[in-house]
Amino acid sequence: MNINVENNNGLCRLRIEDEMTISTAAELKRVLFDNLAGCRELEVDLSHVNEMDTAGFQVLYLARREADISNKVFRIVSPGPKILSVLQLYNMKDFFGI
Amino acid sequence: METDPVLQTFIIESTEKVQEMESALLQLETSPEDEDTINALFRAAHTIKGSAGVVGIDNVEKFTHTVENVLEKVRLGEIRVTADLIGLLLRCCDHIGHLLESLSAGKDPEENPELKTEGQAIAGELSAYLAVEGQGISAEPDKETTAQGSAPETLTWHISLRFGRDVLRDGMDPISFISYLSKLGEITGLTTLTDAMPPAQEMDPESCYLGFEIDFRSDAGRQAIEDVFEFVQEDCEINIAPLHGNKPSRKAADTAAGKQTQTRESGSKVGGTIRVDTDKLDQLINMVGELVIANANINQQAKRIGDNSLLESAFALSRLVEDIRDRAMKVRMVPIGETFNRFRRTVRDFSRSTGKDIRLLISGSETELDKGVIEKIGDPLMHLIRNSADHGIEERDVRLALNKPENGLIHLNAYQETGSIVIEISDDGSGLNREKILKKAVERGIISPGQELSDREINNLIFEPGFSTAQKVTNVSGRGVGMDVVKRNIEALRGSVEVESREGKGTTVRIRLPLTMAIIDGFMVKAGASFYIIPLDMLDECLEMSDEEKHLSFKRNYFSLRGTVLPFLRLRDIFNEPDGGNQREHMVVIRYAGGKTGLVVDELHGEVQVVIKSLGRVYRDVKGISGATILGDGTVALILDVPGLVRNGTRKRRSGL
Repeated sequence: MNINVENNNGLCRLRIEDEMTISTAAELKRVLFDNLAGCRELEVDLSHVNEMDTAGFQVLYLARREADISNKVFRIVSPGPKILSVLQLYNMKDFFGI
Repeated sequence: METDPVLQTFIIESTEKVQEMESALLQLETSPEDEDTINALFRAAHTIKGSAGVVGIDNVEKFTHTVENVLEKVRLGEIRVTADLIGLLLRCCDHIGHLLESLSAGKDPEENPELKTEGQAIAGELSAYLAVEGQGISAEPDKETTAQGSAPETLTWHISLRFGRDVLRDGMDPISFISYLSKLGEITGLTTLTDAMPPAQEMDPESCYLGFEIDFRSDAGRQAIEDVFEFVQEDCEINIAPLHGNKPSRKAADTAAGKQTQTRESGSKVGGTIRVDTDKLDQLINMVGELVIANANINQQAKRIGDNSLLESAFALSRLVEDIRDRAMKVRMVPIGETFNRFRRTVRDFSRSTGKDIRLLISGSETELDKGVIEKIGDPLMHLIRNSADHGIEERDVRLALNKPENGLIHLNAYQETGSIVIEISDDGSGLNREKILKKAVERGIISPGQELSDREINNLIFEPGFSTAQKVTNVSGRGVGMDVVKRNIEALRGSVEVESREGKGTTVRIRLPLTMAIIDGFMVKAGASFYIIPLDMLDECLEMSDEEKHLSFKRNYFSLRGTVLPFLRLRDIFNEPDGGNQREHMVVIRYAGGKTGLVVDELHGEVQVVIKSLGRVYRDVKGISGATILGDGTVALILDVPGLVRNGTRKRRSGL
């Protein structure tokens, strides 16, 4: 997994690559939360993610929930088919505004 | 390889699973179609594979994976359960067992060429089964319809799932279960529950916090839906209920309810046990022991002071201490059934290899024994069972000629009897041959020719070192090492063993073991200057001896107990206590192994609870004493080894001493 971070005046863009699975979940959580703490708006680009399991989903959910609690904006951008199918199965597309 | 605690746990748990597999396989021998058993077998294999993967033991994981593949096909009805398959799978269990043994000895199984070839050979045979696909599928009608006994009907179900924290770590993912479920029907509604997820800092990204409420339309039937979650059912809460508006047939609902409670029961059982280091338990029991001693001290002080409210408090405390003592002891007790079940395999394999048809009957499985004792009793039992199978039970044609049932019977039984646990191993074989034993004993110089012996004594000669009358030495038994070792092992557990035999009818070996290893209720007596403790459950009664009785008894060396002859021993003589000049003596009648013996003592001091402290190495060989204890006031009292005393006494009397 590779995460590309781009900070711009309170807006943080993260581009996650490869997989969001149990093997990378801890790292994913750390990066997401480190960046969420320092910004007002977090945009997560999922176009390069080709694999997501429940562990990955949970971290994504947690980040979104945390953003809501601290009144920040959280956005998922261009989720691939793999992500969509998980969100569809879990009936969580609405939650992420997709 | 280091002894890593995770690896240790893996070895212990997997060894248990191998045993589960083995007993499931043996059950399949009698009922090859039983789905529950097949599922249990599959689950056990799956667990071994899963945990091997987690700890990174590749060879176990790989091998078990092949086994699991075959079992999967059995479960789907693609492979039929045959005697050959069971035999092969039993060998698989053995092989996994060997791998685990090697691991626990700290050796990498990869480096053992024998193990490797063994594994490859078995894996080869397994893949032969995998290659024959769909062998039984057409012959078998659709399982689901037969199970339900009616045409499939489309029902709406409500499924509540709460996944356990560890499912992700165990390599399972709710996504795959739900996707698989959607193949059986249509998910009409699904809510993902996330309220179990803790605040961000506490959330462990590798734990699972999800739950699901699912509405599901399907004609698959409850069993099929339950099967979807089979592998997570132990870690998850699963509730499957038909939605109102459906009219499921009464029968289906009934069986459904039954099934569900069953699932829940097994679930709660899993949740209700924890694995505790035995050292910790022993420490606890030691502390309880100290508590008992301290409590005895308080009681003595309270009695001395004589204050009523203090006595009352001390009494209440004693009750609690007794209670906590009993409970602490129970924690160590485990039913003997598991040990017994292991011998099914022994007997089965023996039957196969020799052509003798032997049935093993097990009773009293629920009898509980101290865990330490259970661990040590396995080997002696194994030996005795092999002996029964090998020397006891006759060949088939011999049995037929003798008008006996064609198949032999070995009966393993356990029960409680006055302070002991009794384990019996009986067979309906040829019994001990009196003449042969006598001849051999004379040959070996154990007895002198012409010596008069009772039947019981003759039978017990087989426990003498180097004694074996088997005419043919087999690889199972008959090498003349064994029975004496069996006896030594049992005596090391403060137990005793005896044999009863009727020629032509069979033999029964009876093992008596003490109930507990650490704390006993005792009866305190004094002889000379020392205190002695007699285990209370062996005490029958106490009598005062008049001078007249005393003289008479000592003259004829027995006491007349209401007209019956009671042999007796004088504690003072046994332990060389000086004559205290106390003319009044008491007779304590003890009961052991079906007989009564008297002990002559000076004073009776009543019931006490004592904690057994083992004697040091120096005193280990002192006859007649099994341990010591410290009384409330700090005095040491010796605990009498009643079985040992009785045995010695009998021997001395016989030899005229």
